[in-house]
Amino acid sequence: MELGGIVAYIVALAITAGIYAIFCLGLNIQWGYTGLFNIGIAGFFCIGAYASAMITTPKPTGIYAQYVHQLFGLNLPFVFGLLGAALICGIIAFLIGIPTLRLGEDYLAISTLGIAETFRLIFNNEKWLANGARGLMGIPQPLQGLVDPRHYNYIYLIIVVFIMIIVYLLIERAVRSPWGRVLRAIREDEVSAAMSGKDIFNFKMQSFVFGAMIMGLGGALYAHATRAISPEVFTPLYGTFIIWVMLMAGGSGNNKGAILGAYVIWGIWIGTKFMTDLLPFTLKARAPYIRFLLIGILLEVILLYRPQGLLGEEKKVSKLIE
Amino acid sequence: MIELIVYGIVLGSIISLGAIGLTLIYGIVRFANFSHGDLMSAGAYVALFMVTGVLSWIGVPATTFGPLSFGWRMVIAFPVSMLAVAGVAILFDQILYRKLRQKGSGVVIFAMSSLGAAFILRMIILILWGADSLFYKPGLMRPALQLPMGIKIRPDQILILFVVFILIGLLHLFLQNTKMGKAMRATADNMELALVSGINTEKIIIWTWGIGGAMAAAGGILYGIDVQLHPYMGWNFLIPLFAATILGTIGNMYGALVGGLVIGVAQQVSTAFLMPTYKPAVAFIIMILILLFRPKGIFGENSK
Repeated sequence: MELGGIVAYIVALAITAGIYAIFCLGLNIQWGYTGLFNIGIAGFFCIGAYASAMITTPKPTGIYAQYVHQLFGLNLPFVFGLLGAALICGIIAFLIGIPTLRLGEDYLAISTLGIAETFRLIFNNEKWLANGARGLMGIPQPLQGLVDPRHYNYIYLIIVVFIMIIVYLLIERAVRSPWGRVLRAIREDEVSAAMSGKDIFNFKMQSFVFGAMIMGLGGALYAHATRAISPEVFTPLYGTFIIWVMLMAGGSGNNKGAILGAYVIWGIWIGTKFMTDLLPFTLKARAPYIRFLLIGILLEVILLYRPQGLLGEEKKVSKLIE
Repeated sequence: MIELIVYGIVLGSIISLGAIGLTLIYGIVRFANFSHGDLMSAGAYVALFMVTGVLSWIGVPATTFGPLSFGWRMVIAFPVSMLAVAGVAILFDQILYRKLRQKGSGVVIFAMSSLGAAFILRMIILILWGADSLFYKPGLMRPALQLPMGIKIRPDQILILFVVFILIGLLHLFLQNTKMGKAMRATADNMELALVSGINTEKIIIWTWGIGGAMAAAGGILYGIDVQLHPYMGWNFLIPLFAATILGTIGNMYGALVGGLVIGVAQQVSTAFLMPTYKPAVAFIIMILILLFRPKGIFGENSK
């Protein structure tokens, strides 16, 4: 491979890792700061991606309408796609939160898992909604006319990193505020937080919705990066499990750790691809499973031997005390 | 419609086998075991390995019993697979959850660890057998029996109900009459009280995993006989299992049995109105309704 090809490859990897970093930041609010166990990230991933795709593409007309079914197509600019994805994910998180956030942690986990599977089933089966299993294609990319399409990924990398930094700063600001301290108090000891007069349910709901909105943003960025989405992308493996491994590896409760974890684990994930390329031909078809097995083992090792992750939780106090 | 209810009872009895193990583990080891569905898959595939591999190699004949779709090979493979999966469940406990218990990790870390274990099991199945659907005995399905009221049922399905009935009966006798069974029920009722009465909880936890694993394996094999084997079969069972467990009140084995039957019937009856692929979603909706209106399940006292 020539140098230009290698650089293009690395840029593509950095875009995907950056999108995963945004998911990790969203999960970090829910799990790292509030202790909410969401194992249905793939659901918000899916909804965010489809929402943004349908907001930014036109509704198919003429001959295309026979082949591509979609409930609506608003043909609006990219920014509206991002905002719409975040908004819809926030509303859905709110609805899931009502029956589950008052109950124990396990219930939230099972419910989020159920919602993710249900959304995948709906998008897979309901052809009128978003073209069923074949998915949507031709999702527009922002600032496309600016450079040669071959070099477009540089622009998109800048957009992803820019949004990642904004999300990072936003969350950093939020978790250092009194609001963030209440979340951590709930995570550490719900009863004593409630005794201090904090409305546990409300704070959990705010954290859950906030995290889900950021995940929706991640889903939207993914849709515009790949330009084509179909339900099979949003599986528990790529949509949920790997994000958990990233956050646990980087350090839950640490936003820098969330970003670092996304890049490190994505690097390892891609690295194992080069490893499995060395396998004999007969085993190659099953290489992805071997790679996921390694990632699964990595999660268990982290949980047993380094549950705080690479960076560990950062001590956060009010800047007035410093 | 009556036919769908009968099929639902068959499916529900399989769900019950998984849900009973899940609810015992939930009550005694005290966390949501997300690898339980994949233990069911593991049971089905270990039996497949026995039926198409080991047993054919050592020369057990492939003949089948009368109208049933399996023969001596399955009779041998069934208990072997139950024991093997009990061993796998205990092994996971010893190398993962026991260490987490010693470290005093939070409940969610256990659940996450079991989620990791679920993926590890599934990936091993995918590496060894690939992603296609498999059958214990390829070929046409045996003709169904005609029962009154236009119900068609395959002899295999009648046997499935019979096997589930025997297994649950044995487990009931074990829990009611043996010292270990009584100790298990005591631990599920009140962990602290069990500890001060001198019950060795580590030993009980090992038994719980063993029983849970064996029951899950049986459920997986029976589903494999009834429908097919697929690496994701266990994962698709996970939401029905949790729905059955929560419906029947966590920790209550008889509740899990009832819950499993209710979920199974609801899933089958739903196919009259919905695409069959929506079955997990049906279980999920029922679970959400229970959480909204009776979060402690049908057998739990409502403290709220």
